[in-house]
Amino acid sequence: MPQIAQIMETYSSQIFWLLVTFGFVFFVVGRGMVPRVMETVAQRDDQIASDLAAAEAAGNQADEEEEAWRKRENENRADAQAVIAKAKADAAASSEKKLAAAQKRLDTKLAKAEVEIAEARTAALTEVESVAAEAAQDIVKQLAGVSVTAASAKSAVKKAMTNA
Amino acid sequence: MAAEEGKVDPMHQFHIEPLLGSNAWELAGFNIAFTNSAMWMVITTIVLTVFVVGGMKRELVPGRWQMMVETFTGFIDDMLEANVGKAGRKYVPYIFSLFMFILFANLLGLLPLGIVGLHPFTFTSHFTVTGVLAIISFSIVLIVGFWKHGIKFFSLFVPHGTPLPMIPIIFPIELISFLVRPFSLALRLFVAMMAGHVLLKVLSSFVIDGTNAGPEFAALVAVPSFILMIGISALEILVAGIQAYVFALLTSLYINDAEHLH
Repeated sequence: MPQIAQIMETYSSQIFWLLVTFGFVFFVVGRGMVPRVMETVAQRDDQIASDLAAAEAAGNQADEEEEAWRKRENENRADAQAVIAKAKADAAASSEKKLAAAQKRLDTKLAKAEVEIAEARTAALTEVESVAAEAAQDIVKQLAGVSVTAASAKSAVKKAMTNA
Repeated sequence: MAAEEGKVDPMHQFHIEPLLGSNAWELAGFNIAFTNSAMWMVITTIVLTVFVVGGMKRELVPGRWQMMVETFTGFIDDMLEANVGKAGRKYVPYIFSLFMFILFANLLGLLPLGIVGLHPFTFTSHFTVTGVLAIISFSIVLIVGFWKHGIKFFSLFVPHGTPLPMIPIIFPIELISFLVRPFSLALRLFVAMMAGHVLLKVLSSFVIDGTNAGPEFAALVAVPSFILMIGISALEILVAGIQAYVFALLTSLYINDAEHLH
C-alpha cells in the first residue's frame, strides 16, 4: 500500500501541496467568488420578489380602479334611472292633467246635454200634456157631448200620467 | 512493464512519483517535491476555479453554466441553513471549497485518461490528504466551539438530562466519540476512494489476463468482468459525489455542534 509505504518520503510534500491548492481554492474561490455568486442569486431573488410585489400592487390598483369605475357606473345608472322615473312621472302627471281637463270638459258637456235633454223632455211632456188635454177634450166632447174646460182636462191628464 | 509480464498491480495507481526531480524541492528541511499527486491537486484547483469563474457572469437571467455554479452554491447554502441555521451562512465558503475540491478530485481521478496514456491520480485516496482536510474541519469545530462558548464547550459531552451519577461514564464516551470524528472523516473518504479504484483495477486485470489466456477464459472471465466494470464505474461516480457530500455534511453537522452545543 503506497499510502503507508511511502508516507515518510511523501507526507511533507502531500501536506504542503494540499495546503497550497486547498488554500488557493478556499481564499480565491470560496472567499472571493462564492459570495459574489450568492449575491447574484440573492439579487435575483430580490428582483423577483420586488417584481412580484409590483405586479400584485398593480393588480390591486386595477381592482380598485375597476371598483371605482363600477361605483361610478352604478351611480350613473341610478341617475339615469332617476331621470327616467322623473320623466315618466312628469309624463304621467301631465297626461293625467290632460285627462282630467278632458274629463271636465266632457262632464260639463254632459251636464249641459243632460240639462238640454231634461228641458227638451219637459217641453215635450208639456206638449204631450197639452196635446193629450186637447185630445181628451175632443174625446169627451164627442163621446159624452160634454165640453170640458181646458184646465180640468189638463189636470185630469196630469193625474192619469202620474198614475201611469 | 515487460518485466512484470503484463500483470496489473492494483496498488500501483496510488504510487506517488516526483515529476520534476525530488532533491531540489526543500522547504525548511522538508521535502516538498512536485509529485503526480501535487499535479492533480493543481489540476483540480484549476478546473474548479475555471468552473466557478464561468459562473461569475452575474447575469440576471443565468445561462447554463452560471445556473450550474449557482445550483452548487445554493446546495451548500441550503445544507448549512438546514443543519446549522442562520449562523451557518458564514461557513459557506469553507464548506463549498471542501465539497467542490473533494468532488472534483474524486471525479477527475476517475477519468479514463489511461486510454490516451496519461495516469489520473486520485489524491483523495491518500490519508495524508484526507487527514489534513479532516484536521482542518476538526480545528474549525474546536476553534468555533471554544471561541463561542469557552469552557462551556465541554458541556457538549454531557447530553441534556443526563442523571448526575451517569456523568462520569457518559463524559468519556462522548469525549472519545468526539475525538474519533477527524479519524472517521479522513478514513471514510480515503477508504471509499481507494476501495473503488482497487476494485476497478482488479477487474481490469481480470479482463486483460482473461483475454490473454484464450477464448474460453475471455468469454467466461473477461467479458463478465468488463460488464461488471462498467457497472462499478457508474457506482464509483456515485460514490465520488456521495463521499464529497458526506464529508461536507458531517463537517457542517460538527460545526452545528460547535455553534449551538446541544
